[in-house]
Amino acid sequence: MDHTPPPFFNRGPAPLVRLAFFASLSFALLVLDARFRYTEGLRSVLALAVYPLQTLATMPAALGGRIADYFASQAQLREENADLRAKLLGASQDAQRFEAARAETAQLRRLIGAGERLPLKSMAAEILYSGRDPYAKKIVIDKGSHNGVRAGSPVVDEAGVVGQVTRAHALVSEVTLLTDKDQAIPVQVVRNGLRAVAFGAGSSGMLELRFMAANAEIQNGDRLVTSGIDGTYPPGIPVATVARVERDAAYAFARIVCLPAAGVESGRYVLVLANEARQAPPPEEAGPGEEKRPAKVRKSRRKDADAAQ
Amino acid sequence: MLLSDSPATQRILLPVRASTIIGSFALALLANFLPWKNVALAPDFVALVLAFWCVRQPRLVGMGAGWLLGLLTDAGNGVLLGQHALAYALLAFTAITLSRRILWFALWGQALHVAALLLLVQGVVALVRLAAGADFPGWTIAVGPLIAAALWPVITMLLLIPQRRPVEVDETRAI
Repeated sequence: MDHTPPPFFNRGPAPLVRLAFFASLSFALLVLDARFRYTEGLRSVLALAVYPLQTLATMPAALGGRIADYFASQAQLREENADLRAKLLGASQDAQRFEAARAETAQLRRLIGAGERLPLKSMAAEILYSGRDPYAKKIVIDKGSHNGVRAGSPVVDEAGVVGQVTRAHALVSEVTLLTDKDQAIPVQVVRNGLRAVAFGAGSSGMLELRFMAANAEIQNGDRLVTSGIDGTYPPGIPVATVARVERDAAYAFARIVCLPAAGVESGRYVLVLANEARQAPPPEEAGPGEEKRPAKVRKSRRKDADAAQ
Repeated sequence: MLLSDSPATQRILLPVRASTIIGSFALALLANFLPWKNVALAPDFVALVLAFWCVRQPRLVGMGAGWLLGLLTDAGNGVLLGQHALAYALLAFTAITLSRRILWFALWGQALHVAALLLLVQGVVALVRLAAGADFPGWTIAVGPLIAAALWPVITMLLLIPQRRPVEVDETRAI
């Protein structure tokens, strides 16, 4: 004989059973997200659902900023204008020299047979807010996949590399800063061309060069730029300056701490560089003419070299 | 009157409306999405409101609501999907289990219980993130839950306003 309660007393499964259900569901999601990245579709749907709330939440700050801009005094604007003019003069001088240098570089590269560097496309974006995750260093910018931002694009400011787009939503995208613990960037020392990989050092706001031999040729004040060998970051963008080198005989590697060049955790505007222009061209279909092409290239290179001599 | 809201002096409240609960959750999400200067110090309003409804209405709001809110928080903040869902489901379970006990205390006594619940949420999130390989961001993450718990009396007062109106509206009354 079983005693089942009448249906109006029925309260569904016991709380502990429900907790076990939701906890296991959460664990499944956590593993799928952290290990396999299978949840991007679900995430983008949910993100779109909370997007109106997010815009509403950031609206007062944006409005306040706009009102403050409106009431900026004339003297302030004048001063800023003069300042910008002076900067522009300096920059245009640099730009003229850059044009000449670029033409020269292109010519030299053609001479040695290296592939031409394609011009970069870039897009200005405004930082909406810094990420609401105390465990990671991220910022959210106001350009998304609708504006052509792709996951993986490098993000720079006027002084150097800021980070990399790690997730492009429809209207906003998340940029992981260089100082994040999981972020790595291939760099090169300007002084001697030494290659290394810089990792974020987490909460200290610094970068670290790991796995550099204790006797590596590197010293305080060395400037690091992107080496460009990963195909993601264009070469030659400032990344950091070496701030401290600790060489301990007990360890095989030196401990090298660097200060990021860009205002990684400050500033308001950034440039998103399009990295698709730098990707290798798609391989052409295999055919009988396949083997001839490299020979031709080699021949033309040889011709160039002869001409140079 | 506010601080003596223990069962002895409790008023009989109107039944809660679903729109009040949903609206309060939407406002809490909005408050969490505000551009806070320091995320570690910002109180988690969603957890606070969820704890409130789980304590006051354990039959209406439970682990399912907490889990969904957690998912929305995770997606909106761009963090690991499921970390807040897990923490909020646990929070809802604990709050429902303790709801009879918590309501027996005066508001500041309730706030102490809520502080423990919110620290549990933060602890679960921290454990998940550390297991996923993140750095420990420092003990400042424990400050947010304490600030949120200090807001408990205010939240209680605000969220009970819709239930405190008299049943018969007397047009001739002054207030």
